Amino acid sequence: MPQSILIDPVTRIEGHAKITVRLDDDGAVQDARFHVTEFRGFEAFCRGRPVHEMPALTARTCGICPVSHVLTGAKAGDAILAVEPPPTARRLRRMMNLGQILQSHALSFFHLSAPDLLLGFDSDPAKRNVFGLIAAEPEIARRGIRMRRFGQEVIAALGGRKIHPAWAVPGGVRGGIDPEMREKLRAEFPTIMDDVRWAWDRYGELVAAHPLEVASFGVFPSLYLGLVSPDGTWEHHEGLLRFIDANGERYGEDFPAERYDEFIGEVADADTYLKSPYHIGAQGDAAVTGEAPGTYRVGPLARINLTERMGTPLADAALKAFRDAFGRIAHGSFHYHGARLIEIMTCAEQIGALLDDPELDTGSLRATAGINRSRGVGVSEAPRGTLFHDYRVDSQGLMTGVKMIIATGHNNLAMNRTIAQIAKAFVKGPDVAEGALNRIEAGIRAYDPCLSCSTHAVGQMPLVLRVESADGELLREVVRG
Amino acid sequence: MAKVTISIDGVEVKAEQGTTVMAAAASVGVKIPGLCQYDGLSTHGACRLCMVQLNGTPKPKPACATPITEGMEVHTTTPRLQEHRKVLLEMLFAEGQHVCAVCVASGACELQTLAADVGVDHVSFNPPATRQTLDLSHPYLGYDPTRCILCTRCVRACGEVEGAFTWGLAGRGREVHLITDLGTPWGESTTCTGCGKCISVCPTGAMFSRGTSVAERRPRRDLVPTLTARRDLEAARKEPS
Repeated sequence: MPQSILIDPVTRIEGHAKITVRLDDDGAVQDARFHVTEFRGFEAFCRGRPVHEMPALTARTCGICPVSHVLTGAKAGDAILAVEPPPTARRLRRMMNLGQILQSHALSFFHLSAPDLLLGFDSDPAKRNVFGLIAAEPEIARRGIRMRRFGQEVIAALGGRKIHPAWAVPGGVRGGIDPEMREKLRAEFPTIMDDVRWAWDRYGELVAAHPLEVASFGVFPSLYLGLVSPDGTWEHHEGLLRFIDANGERYGEDFPAERYDEFIGEVADADTYLKSPYHIGAQGDAAVTGEAPGTYRVGPLARINLTERMGTPLADAALKAFRDAFGRIAHGSFHYHGARLIEIMTCAEQIGALLDDPELDTGSLRATAGINRSRGVGVSEAPRGTLFHDYRVDSQGLMTGVKMIIATGHNNLAMNRTIAQIAKAFVKGPDVAEGALNRIEAGIRAYDPCLSCSTHAVGQMPLVLRVESADGELLREVVRG
Repeated sequence: MAKVTISIDGVEVKAEQGTTVMAAAASVGVKIPGLCQYDGLSTHGACRLCMVQLNGTPKPKPACATPITEGMEVHTTTPRLQEHRKVLLEMLFAEGQHVCAVCVASGACELQTLAADVGVDHVSFNPPATRQTLDLSHPYLGYDPTRCILCTRCVRACGEVEGAFTWGLAGRGREVHLITDLGTPWGESTTCTGCGKCISVCPTGAMFSRGTSVAERRPRRDLVPTLTARRDLEAARKEPS
């Protein structure tokens, strides 16, 4: 039994996580904590740069969801210029975000989570990855990879490249859709819709095969946050922000991006670089958010819970089936997977409609203006949830303050509660079975946190699990990755 | 004018007396790298990237500032010169904050292109810890000192072609930096005409139109050479025959 506390010496830029499980005197799980041990510093080193560079600069935060940062940075820039992008630019931005959500969800579901769901949480860890999936279930792997590629091609058709397209700029976008690639996407579209339908049909079997996980993965009431359209249809880039409570009732008024700090506070903990945002008004409202006051969730599940309808036929039928099975508000984090598939559906359907839209390549693409406001807040729904960029500039448009609230941060409190719940269900004493470790990891993975993006691609994130006694003594440490 | 015969990398070249090695090489399609030389502007010889080796001369010479002489044998890409260029480029990178991925000039930057050609894949020197401030005080032009390599093309274009003499150098050694007028912000300059020639000659992303985003800076490279060619033609016409 190790007696000393080991501090992980690896300080990579992305994707390093640590989990502490604390046991009580009887060896039962008391609590669990998720720690992110990486530090990026974008909020500090972006200061002094011109606002026009910010979309592409902040896009470098992540190689999986750079589009979300490009679009949100451009929206914050729109606010500073005090302009509204021309209608075609708005349409094109929406299209790129749909492509981004589609490709990222396909990566999360088919490449990262499907090995657990299809091969089993207790299956051989050496094969429980995307390569094992390709060997065991080549059809689902092939279709998943094709869906992801389609989303990436939408991004490339607009921004010229699949990753880090510096395409959206304050005031609009830099260029229109590539006509050749548009035709290619139209030709591919029927195959993608077939893939989407096929995947949804398979998902029903997967849920039925994992009743224990469905019941123990983050099943607790919390608030949900996301963008909503005025008529309640699923929204991902425009509209207002809304909190709902565990019963689906609005929690406070809807608000625009620039008022986010009236509702959302952030707390920094000593043991993790990931800050924990919380709903300010719900802090004293334990009836709404339970043992961690102010907890709310964002991302696919939150958006599905917030919306009245998806707005496209296939996704609406899927949403109805989902709600018939799990209720109007689904609380379990396992349902993030289902929500992701419903969103993949609506993204594909909406992209199909935009590809046929004659207005997609007409008119101006960029509004120009000087620095007209000293502060601009951009918000967009990234695949993982609501993303805020809050910029302050001087009279020349140089950044004096940058604040980014990333989806993974919003979910931090919920992720901690989720792993505590899973640990309580699957960990008994200091001897942690590999399957239990994997379930704890999968509880985090259900939220698809950004730190998993780069290092998780072959199936396992570098993970340190510490089991501690009630007085903090290290009882067991399991290191993977 | 008399013709002179030289050899460049083993190829015989005939050019007029007084031609620089760089121009003679260009006439036969041999491009000698350089970041401060610019067609239509006076010679400055600051970047030292165009150094070539001449037979019978132990020290390399700057091709942009060395006139050709009869029988000269020029070597433009020896291993020694390549190593020399690599170190110089690394030092230029270390001196500023040249992050191509987020630079306005990426894809059309002479420093970036040259570094790729020469094979600079890392920088061995630590960058300075100072933080320089951008000057975006001009209504539509901007200057980023962190991307300036002090080639002085802007200084020469502003004085020699536009006749405004807005840009100049101040400081000594490591402290050398560009200034407008006598150190007033660009936007308050009383001499700047806003012509944008400085933007068109800048080899990096140091000068740009305000509002330019990443990889958007695509200046008119032919502007200054066209203007100076016209000016020289006009001067030749006026000369008494």
